[in-house]
Amino acid sequence: MNAKNLKTAFFSALLVIAVAYPVLGLKLTTVGIKLEVHGASPAVLWTIAAAAVAMFFWQLFRDRLSSAWASAPSMPKLPDSASNFLTLPSTQRWIILGLVVVALAWPFFGSRGAVDIATLILIYVMLGLGLNIVVGLAGLLDLGYVGFYAVGAYSYALLSHYYGLGFWVCLPIAGMMAALFGFLLGFPVLRLRGDYLAIVTLGFGEIIRILLRNMTEVTGGPNGISNIEKPTLFGLSFERRAAEGMQTFHEYFGIAYNSINKVIFLYVIALLLVLLTLFVINRLLRMPIGRAWEALREDEIACRALGMNPTVIKLSAFTLGACFAGFAGSFFAARQGLVTPESFTFIESAIILAIVVLGGMGSQLGIILAAVVMILMPELMREFSEYRMLFFGALMVLMMIWRPQGLLPMQRPHLELKP
Amino acid sequence: MSRPILEVSGLTMRFGGLLAVNNVALSVQPKQVVSIIGPNGAGKTTVFNCLTGFYQPSGGDILLDGEPIQQLPGHKIAHRGVVRTFQNVRLFKEMTAVENLLVAQHRHLNTNFLAGLLKTPGFRRSEKAAMEYAAHWLEIVNLTDVANRPAGTLAYGQQRRLEIARCMMTRPRLLMLDEPAAGLNPKETEDLKQLIGMLRNEHDVTVLLIEHDMHLVMSISDHIYVINQGTPLADGTPEQIRNNPDVIKAYLGEA
Repeated sequence: MNAKNLKTAFFSALLVIAVAYPVLGLKLTTVGIKLEVHGASPAVLWTIAAAAVAMFFWQLFRDRLSSAWASAPSMPKLPDSASNFLTLPSTQRWIILGLVVVALAWPFFGSRGAVDIATLILIYVMLGLGLNIVVGLAGLLDLGYVGFYAVGAYSYALLSHYYGLGFWVCLPIAGMMAALFGFLLGFPVLRLRGDYLAIVTLGFGEIIRILLRNMTEVTGGPNGISNIEKPTLFGLSFERRAAEGMQTFHEYFGIAYNSINKVIFLYVIALLLVLLTLFVINRLLRMPIGRAWEALREDEIACRALGMNPTVIKLSAFTLGACFAGFAGSFFAARQGLVTPESFTFIESAIILAIVVLGGMGSQLGIILAAVVMILMPELMREFSEYRMLFFGALMVLMMIWRPQGLLPMQRPHLELKP
Repeated sequence: MSRPILEVSGLTMRFGGLLAVNNVALSVQPKQVVSIIGPNGAGKTTVFNCLTGFYQPSGGDILLDGEPIQQLPGHKIAHRGVVRTFQNVRLFKEMTAVENLLVAQHRHLNTNFLAGLLKTPGFRRSEKAAMEYAAHWLEIVNLTDVANRPAGTLAYGQQRRLEIARCMMTRPRLLMLDEPAAGLNPKETEDLKQLIGMLRNEHDVTVLLIEHDMHLVMSISDHIYVINQGTPLADGTPEQIRNNPDVIKAYLGEA
């Protein structure tokens, strides 16, 4: 315990007070039409003081505590062979198949709320898988991914609102519109690298949102577009009463109307879309273009020397990634029945990126797990919703310390030369 | 003499106030091995970078088969059959040796999106042919038994050989090797010499070489260019270069 320790401890304690007192110790209260600053209750103040004292002693005895900690038995770690087995591509494929079976059985056991949340998770799985093409495979940091999601959602909303087109017609159109935006943005932007690319894509995401908010005549501005048609099953509507000239599902099959049918139907569509995404990405990994993405991520100069056009390869990753966001977006619009610009804020991009990074770059199973964690956690902890961002932050820090490679990374599937 | 495959005249590269390459001329005949030598920092690699489109030269003409290529981007020049290796090996380290060779065949493969998605017979055939071609070259450079190992884990000499094999995947006509013998032991250098000779004789490849290993340069080159401080100093057959007083002075200093 020397002078340096004492100094550190003192300043740490001071820092606790300096941060905690303005945040927790002062309260804004509305008095009439004015705001007034009031002190918090004595209990809060005492807690802050106690925290400062605790911090002081912890910093003071930190060295001794950590050495005592080191001698204590550490957490059992996964044996190497097990973690190797879990990261093998073949193992992960079987786990994904198992999850698909669970997902198929889910609506028969889960409640209406559970199915609804599962649908939301599936949307984020799709977004995560799409962004993974751009970030995980091609190594391009894209912070404006939500822009393409918005393009997809608004494509369906506008086409449905103005032209009365159905979901199934709009789904491919929305995908193509998002892909087109990805292509157009990619052209000027992909000369940039790393941080610069991240900043420009971030700006793009915001521009799309602000554009949607300000084009009031077309997009309805901040109010968005409501009453978007729900998907139909070969023309059968899932509403209680069908629109003119349409039949409802329950009438056609002669069963009683039950609103859960609609929820299950949406869930099944989401599941099909995710399966399609998984299939396409699995094929892409084993196609020349997938290999070219990885090669480009590793060494752009070598790629160019071998006659590959880096711009075209990056553009294809960007466009395909955007396309999946478009699919997810149009489904999102159909499920909500309402789109507003506020559904597509930067925080959405951040959550999708967090799913990719949390899951382990390049791993599809990892992304599925991370999407479950990231979406389910806030739903389960509704009481603590004020602290949601705090939890996200803590989760990120903990991951950084314990599993920097992500929840469940995957070894690269290689093509083997068979003798 | 037939028409040269590569004809460079007045090549100049200026970085601000620094004249890195000054008025360099080269003429390379098909199926020759031509070397560029010179002290460190003489501008040899800069010449390579100009020839392969990584730099836009400040002046001069580069003619490949009589057509100018100096304004083309790097990948287009590679399409014309000019590929290079790098002074510091640039393999795709996370990918296996055989995958490195598959990536390099990108342009010759069936890259149709739908064909790959649906695994059409044409796509399978193209992938199989690529695999066989890669296997063939792994055998030539004697790397078959490490084919499935990540390229970054191979020994240095193996990485050098793999890089040359990767260039050969693009079916080049002019192969440019930037110090291929750097860091190799005498035995490996001898193998490299055999390999270069074989590429020229059996695969009709013209080789442009930057190298410091004088034994290798003298024994394999048909023609040698000497560059000193960015300026051409001499050129001629190995015999002429060996006896050129200017070259001896540049390399050894004045006596």
